[in-house]
Amino acid sequence: MSLRPDLIEHLPRLRRYARALTRDASQADDLVQDTLERALLKLDLWRPGSDLRAWLFTLMHNLFVNRVRTGRLQETELDEARDIPVSGGQMEALALRDIHTALGRLPAEQREVILLVGLEQFGYAEAARILGVPVGTVMSRLSRGRERLRQLLTSEETNAAIVKLKVVK
Amino acid sequence: MNRIEEDKLHAYADGMLDEAQRLDVEAWLAGHPDDAERVRDWSAQNQAFHAAFDPVLNEPLPLELVRATRRRHPAAGRLWRAAAGIAVLGVTGLAGYGVGLHTAQPEIIAQMPRDAALAHVVFTPEQRHPVEVDAAHADHLVKWLSKRLGAQLEAPDFAAQGFELLGGRLLSGGDGPVAQFMYQSADQRRVTLYVRRQARDNGDTRFRHATENGVEVFYWIDQDMGYALSGSIGHAEMQRLADAAYRQIGR
Repeated sequence: MSLRPDLIEHLPRLRRYARALTRDASQADDLVQDTLERALLKLDLWRPGSDLRAWLFTLMHNLFVNRVRTGRLQETELDEARDIPVSGGQMEALALRDIHTALGRLPAEQREVILLVGLEQFGYAEAARILGVPVGTVMSRLSRGRERLRQLLTSEETNAAIVKLKVVK
Repeated sequence: MNRIEEDKLHAYADGMLDEAQRLDVEAWLAGHPDDAERVRDWSAQNQAFHAAFDPVLNEPLPLELVRATRRRHPAAGRLWRAAAGIAVLGVTGLAGYGVGLHTAQPEIIAQMPRDAALAHVVFTPEQRHPVEVDAAHADHLVKWLSKRLGAQLEAPDFAAQGFELLGGRLLSGGDGPVAQFMYQSADQRRVTLYVRRQARDNGDTRFRHATENGVEVFYWIDQDMGYALSGSIGHAEMQRLADAAYRQIGR
């Protein structure tokens, strides 16, 4: 039984990625749970010595895409955005909220790439393998996603300032 | 100079270039403020993702998920059905297995090496954010963690053993806050020291050793604090580091 790799050490980072993808704690943990169940079913297909973490992210990607396609994943709106870890002052909370909101407005395929690279620190070739697309596709999604996020965050800053003015008044 | 292609600018922002390429890109950026601004924004996005979602790493693991890592599929074979009784015991025992999971286990000391090893494997692979506060702010780091744990901590010095302090982070344990110090050698190998409040086990302050999923853990209790040094760098070297930590902390 000890030949089976231990999945538990991958749990915290699977949860982090799922949370960033869905921005909702319970949907994220559902996704992680399904990923683990799928992993246990298919563990015989995983080649010992290859990267277990990348393989688990591949499983999660497939499940995520499936949920997006079938509309099972509810995208949260700004006002409903919950589960934002708040660890500082109001400005910090606002900035985190902006990130959550802006991520939600990115197409899922761009969101996946910029999070796999920017948060989970996978290389471009690894991200391409996880997503099952050519590296060139990863690079163009990365580029478009980052530019879109720049625009969104710039306008979010403006929005946040307006919200703040209303609160003060 | 030749135009730097877009892909390389991304690789620069993601810290994926070697020294020579990095200098090339920096030379280009120095003369192209628009590109420099884009690259700065991309790096800021990465930082913002970490600020927003790294706290998830420190959350207690939901018990259902811990169980799901161990659940056996019915098709997994006869052997597993035969072992079903043992598996149930295993799951019960696992209730406390997690960075922040709490269980009323009488021998809580037995759980420390598992928690420490798990925290070790979660954070040591992180390239950009292995620590919350880096060693450049060592004084602040030690003060901050001491305050959170309510005890005067110190980060042992492993310079003589070839390991430098990289920094530290605060984790949530089932019984309260946990401090993790991370050290790195010149060839990028890492060890972590996990520190938390720990009621003395019959006054036993012995040095103990455990292996958890390939991670070696040396652990002990001193003055109501539990310490666990984790790493996968070979037994002899781990022993030397653990001896040094034990000596420095116990003095």
